[in-house]
Amino acid sequence: MLLAPDHITEEGEFIINMGPQHPATHGVLHLKIWLDGETIKKIEPQLGYIHRSIEKMCESLSYRQFIYVTSRMDYLSAHMNNQACALAVEKGLQIEATPRAQAIRVLLGELTRLSSHLLWWASTGLDLGGITPFFYAFRERETINTILEETCGTRLTQNFIVPGGVMYDIHPDFQKKVKDLIKQFRANYHEYDEILTGNVIFQNRLKGVGYISKEDAISYGCTGPTARASGISCDIRKLAPYDGYDKLKFDEVILSGGDCWARYQVRMAEIIQSLNILEQLIDNIPEGDFLAKTKNVVKLNKGDIYQRVETARGELGVYIVSDGAATPYRCKFRSPNFSNLSAIPHIAKGAKIGDLMAIMATVDLVIPDIDR
Amino acid sequence: MNAEELKHKVTELCPRATYDETGEFLTTLIAAPDLLPVMQQLAKDNELHFDFLFCLTCIDWKDHFMMVYHLRSTDLNHCLVVKAKITDTTNPEIESVNDIWRTAEFHEDEVYDMFGVKFLNHPNLRRLFLEADWNGFPLRKNYTDENMIKL
Repeated sequence: MLLAPDHITEEGEFIINMGPQHPATHGVLHLKIWLDGETIKKIEPQLGYIHRSIEKMCESLSYRQFIYVTSRMDYLSAHMNNQACALAVEKGLQIEATPRAQAIRVLLGELTRLSSHLLWWASTGLDLGGITPFFYAFRERETINTILEETCGTRLTQNFIVPGGVMYDIHPDFQKKVKDLIKQFRANYHEYDEILTGNVIFQNRLKGVGYISKEDAISYGCTGPTARASGISCDIRKLAPYDGYDKLKFDEVILSGGDCWARYQVRMAEIIQSLNILEQLIDNIPEGDFLAKTKNVVKLNKGDIYQRVETARGELGVYIVSDGAATPYRCKFRSPNFSNLSAIPHIAKGAKIGDLMAIMATVDLVIPDIDR
Repeated sequence: MNAEELKHKVTELCPRATYDETGEFLTTLIAAPDLLPVMQQLAKDNELHFDFLFCLTCIDWKDHFMMVYHLRSTDLNHCLVVKAKITDTTNPEIESVNDIWRTAEFHEDEVYDMFGVKFLNHPNLRRLFLEADWNGFPLRKNYTDENMIKL
């Protein structure tokens, strides 16, 4: 942490900078913090260090191309970002992906969610002072990434979705390996609870810290696990089901604690729900084509399209305005992290500087998704 | 509430509003000066109760700017899109809605940064992503930059 040049205000408050290069911000996030002793008086996020103007870029890319730029927004939910764009284009064309493609999308999406939650769990432990969780979480995450690599060819930014379906069929070993993963995960899950969840020091760092009420969470536009920990029902998979989520049985995890501990518990419970979804679907992938027939040049009718998808961090909205040409006239991504970040100055007000790490860790920000 | 009931209710609040039902959500177009009172009513009214602003953005249509607000009610579970037209392209201005939904503060900063639309009564209007002395507003259609590559 570096002292700003004008680091003491007239009221005797200390101004410090956290980031842009700070291990606990998980990326190039810069927070300007006003401190009274150790108590946070005010936070002002300074953004733009990784701004690439993806929305402007999309205006010159075709409806087939712009899908893949979005992998670089929330890179831990890359598959779901692609899914949102493809669904938006499909909505404009009034077609649907084939049943087989929908099942593959959901399976890969839930694998991505698991891998994202595992990285979050690992880094939460790391942020709060324990390095061991990293090794435990990466054991399972490595298995997931290998499965993704075999089918998609890449481990992180899958780029596997095209309008109307997916690019290729699944790898012949896919089903067997996912079943093995579910078995391995369920057998190892108690270790996660033993090493971190049940740890008294860890619990004390989270319980009662970083509280946000239901009304404030709605007003700040929080979504995803951050909002569900405050008692808001906002899972898009339930609210506006897509790609066959309405046929699957799973629970939306809602807690009312509103603090870091509740946010931690929501994500841990979501891991189990994702495993349930995988289990239901893995033996029931419909036969048939994995790609519906579409025209080579995709053109959408004049008008607006809004498509929502639940990523690992919350609600991603893709808003496309078409003027009838082969490229979007305007493309807006309503990213979950952008709105969740806007709540952090409110959550952290009055907290101690050491607790800011716990707040940042449990809100689980991915910075490229904020800056876009 | 379904689209017909919503339409009826919004017409009571703002008689001059026009509607478009082609999209997924009911879209209503209102004049920019009407925006703040209508939005306050939309959030406060017990039957509407739009407490969640999930998307706020702007579109540059060259001869005018269009502000787009996506609203949802978390307990009644209905959605509405409100559009407000700003005709002044040289010095675009509109009332801020951050008193109603706190999330609007950052979204409006972003719109100011990218489109140069000024929000009146905004607590801290600043360039969110670009440097304070950046020339021009990148998401406007007439924006050019010497480093821009034409695809």
